[in-house]
Amino acid sequence: MAQTQSQFATQLKKYYTFYTGGFVTFVILVGILEFAGVPNKILGYLFLAATILLYAGIGFMSKTADVSEYYVAGRRVPALFNGMATGADWMSAASFIGMAGTLYHTGYDGLAFIMGWTGGYCLVALFLAPYLRKFGQFTIPDFLGARYGGNIPRLIGVLAAILCSFTYVIAQIYGVGLITSRFTGLEFTMGVFVGLAGILVCSFLGGMKAVTWTQVAQYIILIVAYMIPVVWLSVKHTGNPIPQIAYGQQLQKVSEREKVLNDKSSPDGAREESVRQIFRDRAAAADANLKGLETGGAAFLAAEKEKLMAKVTELRTTGADAKAIETAEKAVKEYPPTPAAAKKAWTAAKAGSTAKAAPIKPHAEPFPAKDDKARDVAKRNFLALILCLMVGTAALPHILMRFYTTPSVREARVSVFWSLFFIFLLYFTAPALAVLVKYEVYANLVGTSFAQLPGWVANWAAVDKTLMAISDINKDGLVQLAEITIGGDLVVLATPEIAGLPYVISGLVAAGGLAAALSTADGLLLTIANALSHDVYYKIIDPNAPTTRRLVVSKALLLVVAALAAYVTSLKPGDILFLVGAAFSLAASAFFPALVCGVFWKRANKLGAILGMSAGLFFCAYYMYLTYPFFGVNAKLWWDINPIAAGIFGIPAGFIGIIVGTLITPAPSKEVQELVDHVRYPNLEGDINTAGA
Amino acid sequence: MQLTQKHVEYWHKNLVVTGILLFIWFVVTFVASFYARELNSIVILGFPLGFYMGAQGSLVVYVLIIWYYARYMNNLDLEYGVHEGEDD
Repeated sequence: MAQTQSQFATQLKKYYTFYTGGFVTFVILVGILEFAGVPNKILGYLFLAATILLYAGIGFMSKTADVSEYYVAGRRVPALFNGMATGADWMSAASFIGMAGTLYHTGYDGLAFIMGWTGGYCLVALFLAPYLRKFGQFTIPDFLGARYGGNIPRLIGVLAAILCSFTYVIAQIYGVGLITSRFTGLEFTMGVFVGLAGILVCSFLGGMKAVTWTQVAQYIILIVAYMIPVVWLSVKHTGNPIPQIAYGQQLQKVSEREKVLNDKSSPDGAREESVRQIFRDRAAAADANLKGLETGGAAFLAAEKEKLMAKVTELRTTGADAKAIETAEKAVKEYPPTPAAAKKAWTAAKAGSTAKAAPIKPHAEPFPAKDDKARDVAKRNFLALILCLMVGTAALPHILMRFYTTPSVREARVSVFWSLFFIFLLYFTAPALAVLVKYEVYANLVGTSFAQLPGWVANWAAVDKTLMAISDINKDGLVQLAEITIGGDLVVLATPEIAGLPYVISGLVAAGGLAAALSTADGLLLTIANALSHDVYYKIIDPNAPTTRRLVVSKALLLVVAALAAYVTSLKPGDILFLVGAAFSLAASAFFPALVCGVFWKRANKLGAILGMSAGLFFCAYYMYLTYPFFGVNAKLWWDINPIAAGIFGIPAGFIGIIVGTLITPAPSKEVQELVDHVRYPNLEGDINTAGA
Repeated sequence: MQLTQKHVEYWHKNLVVTGILLFIWFVVTFVASFYARELNSIVILGFPLGFYMGAQGSLVVYVLIIWYYARYMNNLDLEYGVHEGEDD
């Protein structure tokens, strides 16, 4: 090595300080352009092009033909930088854009994600990172293959790694497509493929090495982009620049406001109630339609349509005003054509109106529900979801792989600390952001007149109805809470405008969201391609393959997997949050028991691992198949556990499988037991060597 | 490769510290969430405690757990002579 590790670290700090300075300068320049009158759309393109070019530049400079650099960044990433890279790898579009919105809508119940996605790192630190680093090869299936012997544990590992990473990467590419299309006006499918190009330029030439250094760069962008608007909003509302402390008083105000709005005897509460009554009537109408459809079928549908058409004719003959006629005609035009479509539309209308008619859920109250039994179910699901997310965190291959890249066991331990610290910065802030925006809506937006809506409300309502919809339902000219529909993503996207910041900061937030989605997608695609090229091709099919061919196969697979993932994403399958949850439950059930037992239980052997991993994977996937509506089985829930927390059944199944399989077959060989000692001690005299090239 | 008494002791200490930290992790995660409704009756600086633990308190504890574990184990390596040769 030409330079020592500490010189390398110093040099990196210098580079990234320059880089951060350069990026800030860029943002200021774009800001100046904005004041000079350059249109917002051009500014959006500038941000998109500049950041993707930047990542491409880093990717190009990190090109490599060395196997160790391609798979594990040469194992010389200092703890601090590995922490940043892990942070970017970890925080996806769902964390960056979705998290605060989820908290806005669900209050306390959304905190399962906050705790689950941070607390999991305790398991990584205590059970896995240092031991995997000492083992020190290239992939997670590598460890399973060496520890349990033979190709079967390795292959199950490859299968599970691909299954959960692929599920997760679809959610990421979806996010990339969404952001690209929103900020450039491209069509969603085009956005997906543009984003995909952005992902590939980072990883294609330099594998893990390139991905690591772009992820560090992406982390810096995403954390700056997240913090600026929140701090500004906090200063604007409370005069305190530390939102995590300042939002305590805002939370109190929000809670008081909730009480007022829920209290029908107060003037504000009475206005809310009048809107809710309208929604209750609409829900009842939808329900009556559904009942009519059930008894009358297609005949009922035709009769109802007849009535609507009669109304149009009547309005025309009586000479009603044009607007009323238009509304009536629209109702006819949009009338569901078949009983199936009618059932779907009315069920959705009933559910939507029922939700709108309900009183506000208090933000800070855990498990709000109508009775103790329902509260109990909510609590059970909350705890189960936390467990699945945490154990899943400690089992997702693209995260665990990052701990192969540090120079030593010592650095691996410190690097888990930095990883969680950098992730913590964002997750610690999201609950504050949710409350600050809620305060703005509850205290400032509710009660204003429709003639004087704040700028950000009108802007977003014009851009995207799913993000912001507002209409004067009870026709009193004032905004009521029940008249506002907010999409979760709006919370982060609109914060710069709510805080009164210029458009350049909105562009920065979009660049941050893109960085979050790209960095996660990078890590995931590389994990899938490596599992195939390293574990299947090199370790099983052709162990004598020369280095150049191994890298060619890796890169070819990367392209194939990326194209396949983009294709699946462009079909828009299912809902993002479920895909993400499914990835965690699957990883938790398949990997965690086998990995942990591999280090902490010397007796654990091959049959145990095979049984444990397949049982975990099977139970988890089977429960999702039974209960997730997408698959159409809709069986009864076990103990009322939602499908997103399917890992709660898969994890114990995995442990039981390992224990049973191990105990009915002999203990593993002396070599394997020595391997276990090898990973337990950072340094042993007369130690064996498992480190790859 | 024969493990000495010292090696066994090192591993034992590792298991003890892992167990203790895991217990703390369990308490701030699952016990705090289980009793979140009850904890909410305590209000500090405007934050109901149950809500605060989920939003921030537990997170701070997680960071501290990992920080402490890294420090403790890195010192233990030196004490028991199982540390790696550093190249800097």
